[in-house]
Amino acid sequence: MTFFQRSKVVVSCLAALSGLTHLGAQAQTEIQWWHSMLAVNGEWVNDLAKNFNASQKEYKVVPVFKGSYDESMTAAVAAFRAGNAPHILQVFEVGTATMMASKGVIVPVGKVMQDAGFKFDPAVYVPAVAGYYTSPKGEMLSYPFNSSTTVFYFNKDAFKAAGISTDKPPATWPEVALAAAKLKANGHKCPLTVAWQGWTQLESFSTWHNTELATQGNGMRGMNARMVVNSPLHVRHIENLGNMAKQGLFVYKGRGNVPEATFVSGECAMITTSSGFYGNVAKNAKFAYGLSTLPYYPDVPGAPQNTVIGGASLWVMSGKKADEYKGVATFFNYLSNAEVQSASHKRTGYLPITLAAFKLTEASGFYKQNPGTDTAVNQMIRKTTDKSRGIRLGNYVQIRAIEDEELEQVWAGKKSAKEALDSIVTRGNEQLERFEKANTSKN
Amino acid sequence: MLIAPQVSVICIFFFWPALQALLQSLQQSDAFGTSVEWVGFANFQRLWQDASYLESFQTTAVFSSLVAVLGIGISLCLAYFADRVVRGTVVYRTLLIWPYAVAPAVAGVVWLFLFSPSIGVVSYALNQWGFEWNALLNSRHAMALIVMAAVWKQISYNFLFFLAGLQSIPKSLIEAAAMDGAGPWHRFWTIQFPLLSPTSFFLLVINVVYAFFDTFGIVDAATKGGPGKDTAILVYKVYFDGFKALDLGGSAAQSVVLMVIVVALTVVQFRFVEKKVNY
Repeated sequence: MTFFQRSKVVVSCLAALSGLTHLGAQAQTEIQWWHSMLAVNGEWVNDLAKNFNASQKEYKVVPVFKGSYDESMTAAVAAFRAGNAPHILQVFEVGTATMMASKGVIVPVGKVMQDAGFKFDPAVYVPAVAGYYTSPKGEMLSYPFNSSTTVFYFNKDAFKAAGISTDKPPATWPEVALAAAKLKANGHKCPLTVAWQGWTQLESFSTWHNTELATQGNGMRGMNARMVVNSPLHVRHIENLGNMAKQGLFVYKGRGNVPEATFVSGECAMITTSSGFYGNVAKNAKFAYGLSTLPYYPDVPGAPQNTVIGGASLWVMSGKKADEYKGVATFFNYLSNAEVQSASHKRTGYLPITLAAFKLTEASGFYKQNPGTDTAVNQMIRKTTDKSRGIRLGNYVQIRAIEDEELEQVWAGKKSAKEALDSIVTRGNEQLERFEKANTSKN
Repeated sequence: MLIAPQVSVICIFFFWPALQALLQSLQQSDAFGTSVEWVGFANFQRLWQDASYLESFQTTAVFSSLVAVLGIGISLCLAYFADRVVRGTVVYRTLLIWPYAVAPAVAGVVWLFLFSPSIGVVSYALNQWGFEWNALLNSRHAMALIVMAAVWKQISYNFLFFLAGLQSIPKSLIEAAAMDGAGPWHRFWTIQFPLLSPTSFFLLVINVVYAFFDTFGIVDAATKGGPGKDTAILVYKVYFDGFKALDLGGSAAQSVVLMVIVVALTVVQFRFVEKKVNY
């Protein structure tokens, strides 16, 4: 073989190789997935992608951490404007209306699944979870990924010290107030605190009592919803909490999930917050603790109904290739698998999104081994009503901030409950009107 | 030609964004910009109708003047003493300059940790002495918290300039005054302070701009504008509406307002305060 011939062989071999690798790259379609899951939950997301990628050869899901929920949404907005949005974007529940209203930005998950040939049966999903992300026409818009709901945690050791029974934790607000008084009499400085005050004390409180927070089924039926959170029931509850604050029975510990630290440290004996807080408590609390349902007022007809979810869902962005959408659908189909769902539920404490996954988890004896972990699920797997299906408000981020601002005025004793709630209604409605105006002009 | 790079940098990084803000302030669009609508001055109109926005002017005025006055006052004091220190100058100066390297959000978090009602070291001590510190519900405490964080962060910058200013004053002047029997206090007020006035004036402008534009990170980390809206200064609202709530039109309108205010303030400072400055 002459040198020339040899090099020719080498060249053709190289060409064949590069062709092969090229083919390989083409065969595997990459799906970009932007998410906001940190630490333990970040590992969970990576594992999901890894397992899915190992389960088949055609698609490769690439999870990318893009900062907190609002940061990743801002990043997606910028990317979309520049024409390189990801395929899948994880968006928190308060961003739902914004995503829905931005026409041409997203492709409904229902359509993605159908186009890819997967049969899509909304009935297999937990109603209060899937309903939250379903359009008025019954089409699933985004894929419910990590959903939590509002529950009640209490410190069993503190209860015992104050002589309160731990077998039957306080289920109603009068019972909570009574327990708080006993704790205080026993020298406890912070009997009760609440995290995510707008979500737990106004939003979930409303659906739990089958009462509207806003008209149009809390905005689920249309953008012309208006706030009605100053009803006598709401006023009564906030007034009660305001009075408890004055007596030192309820201690305000800040916005968002900031107050959670005071429960884990043992400073506060009771807290209403997300079911997703469970992992933290289980890992860090140095005392016996219990989980129970969100307190309610027993004299309200229809209560308790169901609590409302928080957390995030996965949205499919528009403008991608058909093949890529097929990959997204295959991935969602994988996520819906009862075993995958159940494993995720056990691992993270987020709600299962299908009924089958709940039954599978129950059958595995997980709830018996970890008492209280089924609280959140039991609050959710009821048949929802028009008033309790979910909450979908435009400019929700601003409305949450308004709820925080006004409630703080009540806890500080600067405003009465009625004044603050009236103000939430007026200021909230300004936001809703503006959102409606900005988003209906083009329809 | 030689200043062309400089000019282009200013155009790209200052004038172009400012122009963009102006344009966006006249538009209303959804978050993703799929529908952009010209709305004229509607965004501005809405601002003036919003009572809480008008209140935030007052909050901003209080905050900015506290930050500027305290920041300049304290750092002048520190610079004066650091200038007189004979031994260990380097150590003092380095320590005083350090905070400038800290990002605003981190400064907010540091001070939040010190003063958090549940876990803060300082708030624990205050409570032990019978002072009920609660920045979560008491707006004065919350304001004090962000002012402290903002001032602490800016002191280094001011300190550097004052120190340089003090050191550029000829020693012979001060020594001559000392020979004539003027005490340190007297010397400071009659010689050093007047000679520092260009520095002080420059720092006044810089500090006001800092308080107006650069402090949203501190507010976001320490109070989120609460309790109520009592620490929601203008720039925090711009940040919140734009980057958290994705209301770009409203946010742009606010930043235009802010821009106008700062330009006006700077003009006023140059017009009136500068006259009192001796060069």
